[in-house]
Amino acid sequence: MATATQALQNYEQTFSQFEKSTAGRELAWLQNLRRGGFERFAATGFPTMRDEDWRFTNPNAISQTAFRLVRNGHSLPSRDRLAPFQIEGVSCQLVFVDGRFAPGLSSTEKLARGVSVGNLASEIAKNPGAIEKHLGRYLNLERDAFGALNTAFIEDGGYIHVAKGVIAEEPISLLYVATSQDFPAVSHPRNLVIAEENSQVTVIEDYVSLGGGQALCNTVTELVAGDHSVVSHYMIEREHTKSFNVSTLRIQQGRAADVASHSVLVGGALVRNNVHPVLAGEGGECLINGLFIGNNRQHLDNYMLVEHTSPHCGSRQFYNGILAGHAHGVFHGRIVVHKDAQKTDAKQTNRNLLLSDTAQIDTKPQLEIYADDVKCTHGATIGQIEESALFYLRSRGIDEVSARRLLLVAFASECLDRMKPGPARTHVEKLVQEHALVIASPAGNGDRS
Amino acid sequence: MSLLEIKNLRARVDDREILKGVNLTLNAGEVHSIMGPNGSGKSTLAQVLARRESYEITGGEVLFNGRDLLAMKPEEAACEGLFLAFQYPVEIPGISNAYFLRSALNAIRKYRGLDEMDAMDFLPKLREKLKLLDMDDKLLNRSVNEAFSGGEKKRNEILQMAVLEPKLAILDETDSGLDIDALRIVANGVNAMRSPERAILVVTHYQRLLNYIVPDRVHVLVDGRIVRSGGPELALELENKGYGEMDGAARGASPA
Repeated sequence: MATATQALQNYEQTFSQFEKSTAGRELAWLQNLRRGGFERFAATGFPTMRDEDWRFTNPNAISQTAFRLVRNGHSLPSRDRLAPFQIEGVSCQLVFVDGRFAPGLSSTEKLARGVSVGNLASEIAKNPGAIEKHLGRYLNLERDAFGALNTAFIEDGGYIHVAKGVIAEEPISLLYVATSQDFPAVSHPRNLVIAEENSQVTVIEDYVSLGGGQALCNTVTELVAGDHSVVSHYMIEREHTKSFNVSTLRIQQGRAADVASHSVLVGGALVRNNVHPVLAGEGGECLINGLFIGNNRQHLDNYMLVEHTSPHCGSRQFYNGILAGHAHGVFHGRIVVHKDAQKTDAKQTNRNLLLSDTAQIDTKPQLEIYADDVKCTHGATIGQIEESALFYLRSRGIDEVSARRLLLVAFASECLDRMKPGPARTHVEKLVQEHALVIASPAGNGDRS
Repeated sequence: MSLLEIKNLRARVDDREILKGVNLTLNAGEVHSIMGPNGSGKSTLAQVLARRESYEITGGEVLFNGRDLLAMKPEEAACEGLFLAFQYPVEIPGISNAYFLRSALNAIRKYRGLDEMDAMDFLPKLREKLKLLDMDDKLLNRSVNEAFSGGEKKRNEILQMAVLEPKLAILDETDSGLDIDALRIVANGVNAMRSPERAILVVTHYQRLLNYIVPDRVHVLVDGRIVRSGGPELALELENKGYGEMDGAARGASPA
C-alpha cells in the first residue's frame, strides 16, 4: 500500500516515461489527448467515497496500490492456456495480453467484407485521420478520473469498423488477458467501435486472468452507433478474485439506432462497470441489460448514466444481481432527460437476490428530467430464494443443490432472455450455469477469501 | 406390508401443536380420503408426509414402503415414490414447465438407476398425458404455473403426477377453486392413475370430489386427530350433518 500522494507521484513518473516512448507520440492530436487526460487525472486524483458517484464503493484498494504498466520483454501465454477462453461461433477473436495486442494469438480469418477488425495501435499508425475523428470525442473526462487515466495511457485496444449497410453476422470477440506479474500490474485498454449507418454488429469484450497476480484493468470503449445501425455489446468480467476491473462503455447513438449493452459480471474482486449511452438522434432505442453474480468478498458496482438528448427515444435498464457470502453489489442508475428530449420513454429496473445475511446491495435510482412530456419509471426489489419454490422443486425429486441452481438460473434468465439467441448468449448461459452451481453448493455460498 | 403406516404422528409449527397423534394405514391399490374442517391439520399432514422442513415432528413414526419416511429429505421421499399435489401450486418464473417436468422425472430415474430421458423421448410421453387432462400444449413452454388460471394450476399438478407415476399420491384440496367441468377432468386424470400398485390419499374439505373419485375409506380429521373412519358413505353423512358433531367427539377424546 502507498499513500494517495505517493500513488499520484508514481503515475506522474510512469506517464512521463510512457509519453516519451509510446507509439504515435509524433501525432500532436494524440499527444494532446493523452496529456489532457493526464492533466485531468492529476487535477482530481482518484475518487473517494465522499464523491456522490462513489458513495457505495471504496476505490482505496486501487488508489493506494502502486500499479505499474507491463512493459517489454514479458512472455506471451501459449495458445493452449487460452483455449478455455474461446467462444464458439465467433467470426474472430483478438487477444490482448496485459493491454497489448497479441497478433500470434488472435484470429481474423472469417471476417465479412466491409468489416475491419484490428488493434488501435496499428490503426493509428495506418490511418490516423480516421481515428482522430472519433477517439476521445465522446468520453467525458470531467466525469471520471479512471476515464481520464485511461485516456492518458491510450496505446492499444480493439478497433472495429463496420461499413455502411454491412451486416456482420457472427460476433466479434475481444479477449483481454491479465497475466500474473511479480508486481501489481495495470493495463488501460482503449477500444473504438464504429458501426456506420444501417450496419449491424455484435461485439464481445471478455476479461479473463491467468495466474493469481494482483492486477488492475482500466478499460474504456467508445462505441459509435450510426443512424439506423443495430449494435449489441457484451461486457463479460470473469477475472479471478484478486483483480480490479474498471470499465466505461460510452455509447453514442445516432438517429433510430438500436443498441443493446449486456453486462455480465461474475469475476473480479472490485469491479466498477460504467455504462453511459447518449441517445443523440431521434427515435433511438437502447437496452441496458445486466447480470452480476457475486460471492465471497466480491464488490460489483454498476453505474449507469443514460442521457436522452433527442426526442422519441426509448431506454430500458434491467439489472439483476445475485449476491452470496459477503459480496456487495451496487446499482446506481441515473437517467438524464435533456430539455429537447420530448416523448422520452425511460424505464429502469433493478432486482436482487441476497443469499446470505452478510451479502449486501445498494441500489439507487436517480432521475433528472428537464423536458415536460416524458415517461420515466424506476423500481428496485430485494429478495431471497423462496422457500416455497425450493420445497416445490424438491418435492418432485430434484435435490437441494440442483433446485437452488435452477432457481438462480431462472432468476438470471430474465437477463439472458433479453439477449438475442446466438453464440454470445450461449456463451453467457454456460458461464451463468457454472457460477450458479458454485453459489448453489453448500461450500460455495460462503466466505473463502 | 402396508404402503404407508402412520403411527401416532405428532407435529407442530412454531409453538402450536397441529397433529396430535395421527394413525393411518394405507395399502397399495387403495384410495383413502381425509376430510375435516378448516384448521384441522389436513394440509399439515400432507406437507409433513412430503417432508416440508418447516414442521417439527414431536412424536410418532411413519413408514413408507417399510422405510422411515420421517428420516427422508423431500427429494428422497419423491424418489421413493411419494407425490404431493399442492393445495397452492408454486409459480416459478424462468423455468419452463416442460424442462421442470423432465428434470423431475430424470432426477427420479437417476435415483432408481435408470437412464435419463432426452427431450425427444420425453415429449411424446408428455403430450399423451396432456391430452388426458385436456391441457393446451402451450402450457409446456410457459414458466411453471406462472399466470396459470386456478384450474390450469390444479391440472398441472395432476399432469406432474401422471408423468412421475408415484407409488403414493397425496392430493391436497385439489378440488378447491375448480368448476364442475375442471373437477371432472381432474378426477378423470386421477382415476386413470388408479392401479393395484398405487395408493392415493385424497385430502378434501367437501364431499363433491368423492362423487368422482370414489374412495375405499374415509377418515375424519378434527383438531389433529382422526376421530372417525368409515366407507364412502361417511363422506355423505358429513356433507349432511357437518363437522360439528365430530368436533365434539374430538374434544371428548382429548386428554385434559
